[in-house]
Amino acid sequence: MPFELRDVRARRGGRIVLDGLSARLPDGASCVAGPSGAGKSTLLRLLNRLVDPDAGAVHYLGADVRERDVLELRREVCLVPQLPALRDGTVGDNVALGPRLAGREADVERALGLAGLDPDFAPRDAGRLSVGEQQRVMLARALALEPRVLLLDEPTSALDPAAREAVERTLLDLRARPGLSYVLVTHDADQGRRLADTVLRLQDGRLAAEASAP
Amino acid sequence: MSATGVGLAEVAGALALVAVAIGVSLWERARLEGEIAAAAARAFVQLTAVGFVIDFIFERDDLAYVFGLVAVMVGVGTLTARHRARSVPGALWPLLAALTLGAVSTLGLIVALGVFEPEPRFLVPVAGIVIGNAMTASAVALNRLGDEIRARSREIEATLALGATATEAARPLIRASLRTGLVPLIDQTKTTGLVAFPGIMVGSLLAGADPVDAVRLQLVILYALLGAVSLSALTAMALAYRNFFTSAHQLREAREEAGRQQLP
Repeated sequence: MPFELRDVRARRGGRIVLDGLSARLPDGASCVAGPSGAGKSTLLRLLNRLVDPDAGAVHYLGADVRERDVLELRREVCLVPQLPALRDGTVGDNVALGPRLAGREADVERALGLAGLDPDFAPRDAGRLSVGEQQRVMLARALALEPRVLLLDEPTSALDPAAREAVERTLLDLRARPGLSYVLVTHDADQGRRLADTVLRLQDGRLAAEASAP
Repeated sequence: MSATGVGLAEVAGALALVAVAIGVSLWERARLEGEIAAAAARAFVQLTAVGFVIDFIFERDDLAYVFGLVAVMVGVGTLTARHRARSVPGALWPLLAALTLGAVSTLGLIVALGVFEPEPRFLVPVAGIVIGNAMTASAVALNRLGDEIRARSREIEATLALGATATEAARPLIRASLRTGLVPLIDQTKTTGLVAFPGIMVGSLLAGADPVDAVRLQLVILYALLGAVSLSALTAMALAYRNFFTSAHQLREAREEAGRQQLP
């Protein structure tokens, strides 16, 4: 059981967005679905400590996330944000960023391949890619760290239907890889059922339903 | 009549040009007449008061008074810069450290290198110009840093999410902000003498100095300013950027904006 949220309360912009939430996110592919403002993005950020809860606790592999080295946690539980936010430079520079920060060598080609991108992308200017390509580079950048868990915040919400389908195919490929779990946040419940084994539904900061996808 | 040939009568005569400014404001209905008059009056009172203070310090010829005056200038400069850099939380101490370091290191170095004798008549004006420029550059750089961190919060959080420290995530923004703080002085140094005569040179010439001597004096000041301003702006940012982050390398306040993303 990688994640367990215990009676978590969290606010954003002064408003309580998660209110006494208790939930478990198992290994494999999980999805947190719900309408805008239900607290999905905040929940995801709690899992790798980009934010901390006002009350309650978040556990990862049986221990409170606040007891772990936060940088190591983020390299193991890696978040891909909703919108691409690449640094100036080439695709290769961006993909190698995480491993370089950790003092490791990066296998850029492998990471690009896992994200469904050709190795030819490496020398290209990151600022000149389409949004769909940038989002895949964001995915490759996270995968270059060889994380145990990927946190995916509405990864297809900014994409056109063709790019969305391509990213979904990539996620289905990743889902089949042993040793890699992901938590997907989406407002699209159908997408959740397509891409995840477990779907949690959030409503007004609380758990509305928990279901296993067929 | 004084050594410069400018007495109170001449100052009063120059008021005619303040009247021109007020006339322009009235003509264009810019409603700046009151502010222009107040600015002219304040300049008169402040500079006269400072003139007496400096006169007092020069007469005593005691470095303790110089240090006292420098401390007051650093204090006022810090408060002014703090007011300008409102977008940066907890900027007071970083700015105080930055201006102190800029002033002390510059004065110390020009005395140690034998550029000037450690006498009030050299140290007071140099301190004034160094602290004034360091104040402006530090405030501009800090303000830019605050704006950059807010505007690029998504990029910062995405970098933090890869296991970057706050320092690593903020470094590109610190670099850009440092450039913003320093470029005006670098441009001024590049174009000096071509576009405008700098103040020290003008003052020396008006006071009857040999032009070559005036130029050398100006060069010393410009070079000292480059060092002091760079050091101050960098110090202010190096100490202030952490206030945007928690000890767990989380982005404060802007992180809320990051969660509320707008689609392109």
